[in-house]
Amino acid sequence: MMLWRCFKMAVQSVMSNKLRSMLTMLGIIIGITAVIALVSLMSGLTTEVTSAFEEVGIESIMINIQDRASTIELPVEDVEKLAEENPDVIAGQSPTVAMPAFIKDGTDNVSSSATGVNEQYFDLVDYEIAYGRGITYIDVERRQKVCVVGTYIAQEIFGGDALGKTLQITGTPYEVVGILEERDDSTKGSNDDCVYLPYTVAAHTTRSDKITSYVVYAASQETVDRAKSLVENMCGKAIGDDDYYTITAMKSIADTLMDILDRMEAMLIAIAAISLVVAGIGIMNIMLVSVTERTREIGIRKSLGAKQRNILAQFVMEAGMLSCIGGIIGIIIGSLLAVGAGKLLNMSVLPTPTAIIVSFTVSAAIGVFFGFMPAKKAAALNPIDALRYD
Amino acid sequence: MPPLVELKNVYKIYKMGDTSVHALDGISLTIEKGEFVAIVGQSGSGKSTCMNIIGCLDVATKGVYKLNGRAITNYTQDELAEVRNKMLGFIFQQYNLIPKLTVIENVQLPLLYAGMRESEQRRRALASLERVGLRSKAGNYPSQLSGGQQQRVSIARALAGDPSVILADEPTGALDSRTGREVMMFLQQLNREGNTIILITHDNSIAAKAKRIVRITDGRIVYDGPVEGDVTVMKMHGAGEEAPEDEKAKGAT
Repeated sequence: MMLWRCFKMAVQSVMSNKLRSMLTMLGIIIGITAVIALVSLMSGLTTEVTSAFEEVGIESIMINIQDRASTIELPVEDVEKLAEENPDVIAGQSPTVAMPAFIKDGTDNVSSSATGVNEQYFDLVDYEIAYGRGITYIDVERRQKVCVVGTYIAQEIFGGDALGKTLQITGTPYEVVGILEERDDSTKGSNDDCVYLPYTVAAHTTRSDKITSYVVYAASQETVDRAKSLVENMCGKAIGDDDYYTITAMKSIADTLMDILDRMEAMLIAIAAISLVVAGIGIMNIMLVSVTERTREIGIRKSLGAKQRNILAQFVMEAGMLSCIGGIIGIIIGSLLAVGAGKLLNMSVLPTPTAIIVSFTVSAAIGVFFGFMPAKKAAALNPIDALRYD
Repeated sequence: MPPLVELKNVYKIYKMGDTSVHALDGISLTIEKGEFVAIVGQSGSGKSTCMNIIGCLDVATKGVYKLNGRAITNYTQDELAEVRNKMLGFIFQQYNLIPKLTVIENVQLPLLYAGMRESEQRRRALASLERVGLRSKAGNYPSQLSGGQQQRVSIARALAGDPSVILADEPTGALDSRTGREVMMFLQQLNREGNTIILITHDNSIAAKAKRIVRITDGRIVYDGPVEGDVTVMKMHGAGEEAPEDEKAKGAT
């Protein structure tokens, strides 16, 4: 009952001086707007980055061998054996042989790279075959001159109907046995600009027959760390000196990036929080002025029997209300800003419920915290002096 | 039954640096239920201090003050507020209505602080406004009323809590003589209805409307008795002039 009256009094007081209330709220509005907009943008960015990593394959682990001396080798059998012996941890593996390739349409250079992979590759990286088939075990074993192409190659060279046609790669003819599903927009340099061959063919073409890079896929995100240590073990045994190879797990890159994003978010929030503290001081300042202005009113209320806690509650409520209204306005503006910025950046940005709840709570807390001192001052006023005050 | 208001040898001493000022210099006073007492004195005489102590806005430095038989000593601010709320009704010279509250909200204030239910507050406040003939103005703001009406609202507020004592501090001070007379007549009527009224004034013609006069000069009671026995009042009756010794006292403030 008392609280409800207090609430009504606070509303009256806030409404009776709209301009001042608005100006007092401004600090909170700006602070909360900044917090909401930043947090939303950062979480939008995080989602974006996460999905980018998921596309590449967050479970993937790359092995690269720096083969300057041409004596170091990681045999294909070792990697195959590792995958077969640990089916719970490793989903599969494939050599990835980057082959310099001149793929021409007449005299125009269309593309300049081809990758040698095994029969597991398309399943691991989750590429769909739109037409034909993928690379098979037979292709690998028999070093068949076949290839699977992306939609860019298919359209650019064969006008779309590439299946069964012959593609010249650095002067050697390959039969196109499969066309991948379109993943981007079928332009040069996109994910659709690709040619895959059996790795045995690619390795043979580079004239060393040695495989210098592999990709290993963990069974799930949770097994990435275990898979990585298995791979490290294997490389340690097969190669020894770890100067000659690098093992890169996408997940640890993703984790590092997420960590950086988290830190950035924390820093931005900290900066916005400074503005909230300044806003709180603004509220305290205005409340002190308000207490002085209303000394006589306080005196009247006290002479009529208001206890210290009644006066305290009245002023704390008023400060709390100012900051809560400011907080709500800030949340609305911040959300609109975040959505607008998301549209501009072509990202899906939405304020999270947590951000909204936390910033509302924080703004209420600021009001109560910074309103307390002036309210305490009001409550402690001597009724006689307060009544005499003009 | 104990007297309603009882002051025994009450001192109020203000320390000002090395010197101490005796605002009240040993006052003893007893007021029974149903009385209409005017405490008269010039500014600086100590009458306001006396009112503050009777009104529980202040506490005595020395001596005993009993209200309704309860000794008001060592009371905290909140306890004093409670006593003011339950037992006292104030009428001030400047009306002291809160401008941004409506008339009825102003009258409800003491009831609000008494912790009454909202509907009960309204009912009592309306009844109280009815008594001063301003029920129709309940929804107005004080600034929309004349001075006399505002003072009647403040009387309604003082009556709302059904107090044991009504303390009127220069209730006519801000009014013209005609509305001032009306307010005084209303106070007299309230007294006839059984309310105990303590009037604080410097104006002898106003004091003459009470039944008993307590005259204070320099913190001491110099006269306490019926209106008819007070020489100054009788001499100045209705004139409202200032006595020469009062001029001195005025200079002291």
